[in-house]
Amino acid sequence: MKNNETIVAISTPLGEGGIGIVRMSGDKSFEITKKIFVPAKEIKDIKSRHLYLGHIIDPEKGYKIDEVLTAFFKSPHTYTREDMVEINCHGGVAAQKKILELVVKYGARIAEPGEFTKRAFLNGRIDLSQAEAVIDIIRSKTERALIQANRQLEGEFAQRVKEARSDLIQIMAHIEANIDFPEEDIPEADPVQIRNEIQKTKTRIEQMIKNLETGKMLREGLSTLIVGRTNVGKSSLLNALLKEERAIVTDIPGTTRDIIEEYININGIPIKLIDTAGIRETTDEVEKIGVERAKKYLKDAEMVLLVMDASMEITEEDRKIMDMVKNKFTIIVVNKSDIPSKIDEEEIKKIMPGKKIIRISALREQGIDELMKEIYDSIIENLGPIDENAILASQRQKKALEDAKICIDRALKALSEKMPVEIIVIDIREAWEKLGEITGDTVSEDIINAIFENFCIGK
Amino acid sequence: MKVIFMEYTAGYYDVAVVGAGHAGCEAALASARLGMKTVVFAINLDSIALMPCNPSIGGPAKGHLVREIDALGGQMGINIDKTFIQMRMLNTGKGPAVRALRAQADKKAYQFSMKYTLEKQNNLDVVQEEVVKILESGGKVKGVVTRTGGVFYSKAVILTTGVYLRGKIIIGDVNYNGGPNGLFPANKLSESLLELGFELGRFKTGTPPRVHKNSIDFSKMIEQPGDKIIIPFSYTSRKIEREQVSCWLTYSNKKTHEIIMENLHRAPLYTGQIQGVGPRYCPSIEVKVVNFREKESHQVFVEPEGINTNEMYIQGMSTSLPADVQIKMIRTIPGLENAKIMRYGYAIEYDYVIPTQLSLTLETRKIKGLFMAGQINGTSGYEEAAAQGLVAGINAALSIKGKDPLILKRSDAYIGVLIDDIITKGIEEPYRMLTSRAEYRLLLRHDNADLRLTEIGHKVGLIDDERYKKTIKKRNMIQEEIERLKSIKITPTEENNKILEEMGSAKINTPFTLEELIKRPELDYEKIKVFDKMRPDLPKEVIEQVEIMISYSGYIKRQIAQVESFKKMENKKIPKDINYDEVYGLRTEARQRLKEVMPESVGQASRISGVNPADISILLIYLEQQKRIREK
Repeated sequence: MKNNETIVAISTPLGEGGIGIVRMSGDKSFEITKKIFVPAKEIKDIKSRHLYLGHIIDPEKGYKIDEVLTAFFKSPHTYTREDMVEINCHGGVAAQKKILELVVKYGARIAEPGEFTKRAFLNGRIDLSQAEAVIDIIRSKTERALIQANRQLEGEFAQRVKEARSDLIQIMAHIEANIDFPEEDIPEADPVQIRNEIQKTKTRIEQMIKNLETGKMLREGLSTLIVGRTNVGKSSLLNALLKEERAIVTDIPGTTRDIIEEYININGIPIKLIDTAGIRETTDEVEKIGVERAKKYLKDAEMVLLVMDASMEITEEDRKIMDMVKNKFTIIVVNKSDIPSKIDEEEIKKIMPGKKIIRISALREQGIDELMKEIYDSIIENLGPIDENAILASQRQKKALEDAKICIDRALKALSEKMPVEIIVIDIREAWEKLGEITGDTVSEDIINAIFENFCIGK
Repeated sequence: MKVIFMEYTAGYYDVAVVGAGHAGCEAALASARLGMKTVVFAINLDSIALMPCNPSIGGPAKGHLVREIDALGGQMGINIDKTFIQMRMLNTGKGPAVRALRAQADKKAYQFSMKYTLEKQNNLDVVQEEVVKILESGGKVKGVVTRTGGVFYSKAVILTTGVYLRGKIIIGDVNYNGGPNGLFPANKLSESLLELGFELGRFKTGTPPRVHKNSIDFSKMIEQPGDKIIIPFSYTSRKIEREQVSCWLTYSNKKTHEIIMENLHRAPLYTGQIQGVGPRYCPSIEVKVVNFREKESHQVFVEPEGINTNEMYIQGMSTSLPADVQIKMIRTIPGLENAKIMRYGYAIEYDYVIPTQLSLTLETRKIKGLFMAGQINGTSGYEEAAAQGLVAGINAALSIKGKDPLILKRSDAYIGVLIDDIITKGIEEPYRMLTSRAEYRLLLRHDNADLRLTEIGHKVGLIDDERYKKTIKKRNMIQEEIERLKSIKITPTEENNKILEEMGSAKINTPFTLEELIKRPELDYEKIKVFDKMRPDLPKEVIEQVEIMISYSGYIKRQIAQVESFKKMENKKIPKDINYDEVYGLRTEARQRLKEVMPESVGQASRISGVNPADISILLIYLEQQKRIREK
């Protein structure tokens, strides 16, 4: 079976060390690589199975993504018996992700779970006796990918995709009812209304793409709580990490009344930072709620950054908080290290044995890089490498959103060209199907159901 | 004295068709025309091609089916062209893909014209008999037995029994065994099917009352005349000029709905008397009133049942309410205040055969030579039935001749979508064809059914050489004209731009081809004639195709590309003897569904609910594995 679609995937588990391989298979592998790979020395004839040093660049924006080693494998002497390319990059997860995105942009599609192995088998590369093993790989990878996709689909993101689909299905049901039941007394769908509705969906989709890009909505974001008593510099730490002044920073205790959530990305691992009002007993009604919520967040947090003040001795309040978080996955951040130290680190170590202590100055932005590295290393150490399925899944989602947007744009264009409704509905339907790829449901019967739910049919 | 049921040999045939409704007529004619010695049975010969429900043929998707039947060499299009009393093109405000013809038929004329066609047909015997048993031996069909003991031996049997199988009529509190329109039901055949191991289901459908024309005040209704210019269904029909009869529109109102609500306790649909599942697209008036309570009125169409009759069909008032309620309810409607009901509305329940037991040829997988078509497969509608009947008749003949069967793909025809849907996805309500069921709607237009299917009909043997050549000629003319329009360039002269501006179109700065100009929304083939001095004189239907193919070329190309990738999976065949229990790694649900449907291709397998992409990958690997084992 000759398959002319070119596929791509990240073929090393993410997060293990810095090196990762982006792997492609299919007719277009070489062509795509040539578009994004600038070798250090000019290549005259590509030699198969030869490593070339160079850079991956974004051809449109013109900047370098990563320094890489690229290997070309000419068919049929490859794993899949198709042309293959392997790009070895070392810029961490973020670079791998970006390279994957570029490859997809220039014509590949993200491989289905186990698809390289499947192709290897179908192209006769793998021995007949191993067919069952091949199936096991597909099965287990599919299951992991499903788990991953489901995990990502919980919450707001899935809700928003579903809302967008539901808007589209309403429009489609109306148009289809007009088409299939022209003699019913159903008002004709108004082009202005259609335009408004799909414009609304387009905005939704664009917002979702943006959110996926900034990582704000990445469901796999590790929820990290910043705790500490009042005025130790929690908000300053958050700001230093975000490098932007989002939380209010003053020296009056208790100004951070609301829980603030922000997202950062450390080497491709998305982290949700939650800043809390200082955890302490309070009589202030407004703040009390904040503190209650912080306690609740503490329960759900996957990681804790406990902030302490180097310029003061450990207080009773500090001890209480340490007691609260000592069983959590915690990094102790000693702030204000630019001021002469009065804190007793030995006591901290005694109360919280085995926890890492990092000294920083949030105000002067000192020690932030070390802290980020510590966070990254601790995550890898404590949680193990991240499943590459997570990245692939979110890349697939992004691609589906982008495709859906292209369809919506086409529908808008068709509308302005006064194309008939059955043409416009082709594009709307495709957009709806693309969004369905994210949630895993694309059933055409849904449209027919929507017609009968919304309109009284029965001439 | 003990009565002995005597059987006798009544004859030897190639094909026996059980039932002479819309499916049976097409099946019998196709089979006989393909040289098969054929017999067709009806419980009552006066009920051949009976239209027991609405007096019309066509509409969106259904009209498409009729055009396709015609292009393949079927009879429905020709017969309705002979007997319609009104013709309309629907969806004219929309685009070409969803425009559709709809004809009002003279019911009796339609029936007797079809009956006469059957009677005149070579190789075809028409017999009034109830078939009570199917003969089978060693997994092969052997013939049928009639109620009077006649044994008709045949190589193939096509069941087109409509709503007759254990038919039950329900009107209010009254119910009795019966077929449609006061005919007898077929009570025995279901048993024979169960004995053969088929799984049956039960559906329900219904029909509205018929009212005497002279009791109607049409001045209170809105007249709905036919089109001034008649476009016929059949590609073989020439220009038709005929006096047309109007339909009439009126509305139900609060009073009507009150009467219905007051009598719901007597409505079989709500008392639990009716068990069968009814169609959502054709609900009874009581269901409409209950489900859409906020709607204060519903449309009621009053349609003539024919020329030589005063019966009027009250479309939109389908009901199984008791007779006295029907009278009260009807008389609340403007124009029907004094209505005299001639036939009461009724619901009918009937057995159907779960269609996933069939293959795409409409032959049952269980018994070779046994085919099924029409309502017995759980569909509804005259057109849906006729389409299946034609395919079953063709395939019965091809199979006896030892030739490859006719399987239309979803990308070939609505008929392909219809058959693939019911066989692959199964059904939960009587299946009606809708244009929204077709993925490639833009390619499957009613205006190009001849271009899509005449060649196939010719290959099968139902289309003669002359008609085939005519279609090929048309196709070539279209192609040549498109090429010609692509080759002629208009230069950006002042004069040309002035003409363009006058037509409300933008100026050009570089040379434009005529084809590019037609693509502009504000221009068309006729308008750009000023730039086209050497234009050949072409038939109207050629120009129509040229315009459609140019105006929507972007979308057409895209759908063609989708069809190409769709076909790749359709062409990966699954061996008929595959044992899914042997396929390692399939999920239990997928395995079960695959065993039920026994898809014929990987593409068909992928459309079964409960079979996911990973299962398809596994299936592909299994097929490759088997292939290599065979090659060894």
